[in-house]
Amino acid sequence: MAKQLAAVLGTGQTHHRAKRTDVSMPGLLREAIDRAMADARVEWADIDAIVLGKAPDLFEGVMMPELFLTDSIGATGKPLLRVHTAGSVGGSTALVAASLVQAGVHRRVLTVAFEKQSESNAMWALSIIPPFQMPVSAGAGGYFAPHVRSYIRRSGAPGHVGAMVAVKDRRNGALNPYSHLRQTDITLESVQASQMLWDPIRYDETCPSSDGACAMVIGDEAAGDAVAGGPAWIHATAMRTEPTTFAGRDQVNPQAGKDAAAALWREAGITNPLSEVDAAEIYVPFSWFEPMWLENLGFMPEGEGWKLTEAGETALGGRLPVNPSGGVLSSNPIGASGMLRFAEAAKQVMGRAGDYQVDGARIALGHAYGGGSQYFSMWVVGSAKPAR
Amino acid sequence: MSTPLSAPLEVGFDYTRSLGPVLGRFVTGLREHRIEGVRGSDGRVHVPPVEYDPVTAEPLSEFVPVTEEGTVLSWSWIAVPLEGQPLSHPFAWALIRLDGADTAMLHAVDVGSPDRIHTGMRVRVRWTDEPAGHIRDIAHFVPAGTPVPDTRPGSGDEPVVVMVTPVHLHYQHSASPEETRYLRGLAEGRFIGQRCPACGKVYLPPRGACPTDGVPTAEEVELPDTGIVTTFCIVNVPFLGQRIKPPYVAAYILLDGADIAFLHLVLGCEASEVRMGMRVRAAWKPREEWGTTLENVHHFEPTGEPDAPYESFAHHL
Amino acid sequence: MQDVAVVGFAQAPNVRRTSGTTNGVEMLVPIFAEVFSATGLAKKDIGFWCSGSSDYLAGRAFSFISAIDAIGAFPPIHESHVEMDAAWAVYEAWLKIRTGEVDTAVVYGFGKSSASQLRRVLTLQLDPYTVAPLWPDSISIAGIQARLGLEAGLWTEKDLAEVAARSRADAAHNPHAQVSGTVAITDLLDAPYLADPLRAHDIAPVTDGAAVLVLASAERAKDLVDRPAVITGIEHRVDSPVLGARDLTRAPSAEAAAKAAGVSAEVEVAELHAPFTHQELILRTALGLGDRVHVNPSGGVLSGNPMFAAGLARIGEAATQIFTGKARRVLAHATSGPALQQNLVAVLEAA
Repeated sequence: MAKQLAAVLGTGQTHHRAKRTDVSMPGLLREAIDRAMADARVEWADIDAIVLGKAPDLFEGVMMPELFLTDSIGATGKPLLRVHTAGSVGGSTALVAASLVQAGVHRRVLTVAFEKQSESNAMWALSIIPPFQMPVSAGAGGYFAPHVRSYIRRSGAPGHVGAMVAVKDRRNGALNPYSHLRQTDITLESVQASQMLWDPIRYDETCPSSDGACAMVIGDEAAGDAVAGGPAWIHATAMRTEPTTFAGRDQVNPQAGKDAAAALWREAGITNPLSEVDAAEIYVPFSWFEPMWLENLGFMPEGEGWKLTEAGETALGGRLPVNPSGGVLSSNPIGASGMLRFAEAAKQVMGRAGDYQVDGARIALGHAYGGGSQYFSMWVVGSAKPAR
Repeated sequence: MSTPLSAPLEVGFDYTRSLGPVLGRFVTGLREHRIEGVRGSDGRVHVPPVEYDPVTAEPLSEFVPVTEEGTVLSWSWIAVPLEGQPLSHPFAWALIRLDGADTAMLHAVDVGSPDRIHTGMRVRVRWTDEPAGHIRDIAHFVPAGTPVPDTRPGSGDEPVVVMVTPVHLHYQHSASPEETRYLRGLAEGRFIGQRCPACGKVYLPPRGACPTDGVPTAEEVELPDTGIVTTFCIVNVPFLGQRIKPPYVAAYILLDGADIAFLHLVLGCEASEVRMGMRVRAAWKPREEWGTTLENVHHFEPTGEPDAPYESFAHHL
Repeated sequence: MQDVAVVGFAQAPNVRRTSGTTNGVEMLVPIFAEVFSATGLAKKDIGFWCSGSSDYLAGRAFSFISAIDAIGAFPPIHESHVEMDAAWAVYEAWLKIRTGEVDTAVVYGFGKSSASQLRRVLTLQLDPYTVAPLWPDSISIAGIQARLGLEAGLWTEKDLAEVAARSRADAAHNPHAQVSGTVAITDLLDAPYLADPLRAHDIAPVTDGAAVLVLASAERAKDLVDRPAVITGIEHRVDSPVLGARDLTRAPSAEAAAKAAGVSAEVEVAELHAPFTHQELILRTALGLGDRVHVNPSGGVLSGNPMFAAGLARIGEAATQIFTGKARRVLAHATSGPALQQNLVAVLEAA
């Protein structure tokens, strides 16, 4: 017996905010879980196992928080797994949950990812300098900004492309009722006038720091068949990792991302991603990563990702709408950000994306990356069952 | 080989825990010397309250007041209390079921010695002198009937929303043997890299495992203190724990003869003049300030030589 | 779905303190080489990698990332990580092989507990609102659990000392053990309490260590080793975290996992992950192990407890019983969290 079919039965997410001081961690998770279970029309008795993901435990100051959350997430007496693959974790967590169904072990699995960044300060946690090191690093922005500079140099992309991404994603975010940032008035000029934080990255080109959670219920073929209006069928999944630093590493267009994408398209039977994919939710925490990942994912040839962005083809209504939900630039609960990409892709092919629905979306990509652009996880979901 | 270098690493933060409706009400009550539990789906009264039922996972909201006195269900003795614990002299940790509750809370009992506590013993709350709306408003428990000082309940009209929880841990951070040789070299003003025996690449710092071959780097290679900037950013943003005042240029420096770049500072010119491919040289701190750290190099500064052509370092980006 | 077998196992020496880094590289490099040599596999043959470790043990965010340097992870690898004991990474790898996506996997776990004060680091596993802010430590909590059983008449202090003495005696045959040797029960009982009612011998030592396991589809396994250990059941469950609402003298999650994994009376050997002597007795009951089952021939974690690798090592030690032909059906158990909150049970059989 080969890999079993699996499908997203329902999704849920919190209202993402800088500080969700109205809820505890259990309350935050349940806001997403309860919505996902309602969307999937399942009860606790229907859930066979729970898979939880989040980024570093230092963010909340709790070691393996799934242990204290067990009762709150309905895991007591059930199998519970905790995944941590840096920023890609939300995606990897969904893939582990999917594999529980694909391996024929369970019929319905609840998966949830979260980050409650307001419990501490992510810049602090990410900038702890161990002894003997040079204290130069400055959070995620400081890490990625030099590589963005390399991309701009290598591709010759015009300077306004990053700002264009920010404008598009924030305006998309304004269509999303759960979005942290909802900036209908943002313009190219306002982005370019915002403070230069980690030159070449400006304030308006960076993701916010959010509290939030995302959950999904993933089920087997019979469960998928029972979803009114259809579930999001999982067509392909891929994960790849490479080391943070090594001699000759391509930090702009990492091999791990290229390998993951190649495996993904192969499994999904997609030969021309740009024409066959209807919507993409790509992990873009800093605006320039949209053109960078368009190349890494194989939507555009190397050095030409920015051309798709500049032509407006990644906006809603374009050839490949990228981050119609507003993406990481509009909401960034780190551990959940990857799962949000996967869930938003599912919502598109289920026709449940509301005001940012891509018309007739049948095939969508969910993508996440983490660490120093070294952990990649992605999936392709479709409105129809995959051809077997 | 000499012992690898190690040094203390402090990891500490005062976490701000938002509490939500159930825990918020509980600690607000503690501030006022009230203890409230919550009734579960099976009728049990949980103290401390739980937000979601352990059996049905449903949210719970029926609050039940309980008393300040209860019974020890089990205990263990801590002879040398650890940092952060409720008492600094020896005490018992105990599971205590308060009268009116069905579940037990874990807390400290101050009884002086282990022969003065037993399962079944009656104990009561000793409130803290300065209640703040926190689980630690219960300072500890004492044997029932022990006189306790008359502490005043806290005031405050606003319910408690956020509880501050300090988490401070102390680690000893160790460098790898390979990194140690490099750090000892830095203490002498030298850059000591190592070559991977498999791929032949020169790593600085050297590695316990070459990231592409999984074997330790071995052959030592001394490198000059000159090189190029491969890429960089200008840090303008201040943040918690920052040790260099912004703005500053954080640049990847590729030393001549190395196959991998490392992050350092570039000074000695305007930030806007820093370029990819710019030739730089280490500006060392005064020798008497040197230690086993890359901080011995205060920064890198331009040499004034012509920039390296892009093609010569493109594969390092 | 294809069956999965354990085909290789290696572990670093269990020691009180290594001078190595918290990313485990120094411990992992030699044991990767050891399992590759034993199975004839190489890095490029491995379909999936999965590890278990903890950022809080290392004191750093993303501490597991540099561990992959020990693999030599370029060209890129298909890889995942659980923030759990690596026994749960075995579960994730088992899923991957079952789906047919891959037919080999390497699973590893590592931890340098000596980097900080372990009993205080583990406080952070407790409820962050009403329990952890008091800083109760893992040993004090185990003491409360042990006393409940003592006073309920479920075990005596002598029973606990016997578990310790047997573990140390068995560990004498384990070259990787940290604590081993022959001890008299009376001498153990004469020792002072460390955390009344627990004495030093009741408590697993603080250990730095790492372990690695190689898995393969049962089909592929036949080509790799003479006697693969086929996983016929692997299950895990978790209990409520509320210490004051649980019956701490039982482990319902271990019981449920054993039942689901198909634990039967035919089990000859059981490797249990019991960091405290009384927890072995709780587990024996929960798993339904009779007196004829040889428990912890390796000496168990009382003779060396490398956090985040110790559960994985139980699976490896159990599999070794089959590799060496000493047993045909074995059980391996791993635990995680305070007071046996989360438990995994695997049954392995000779092909």
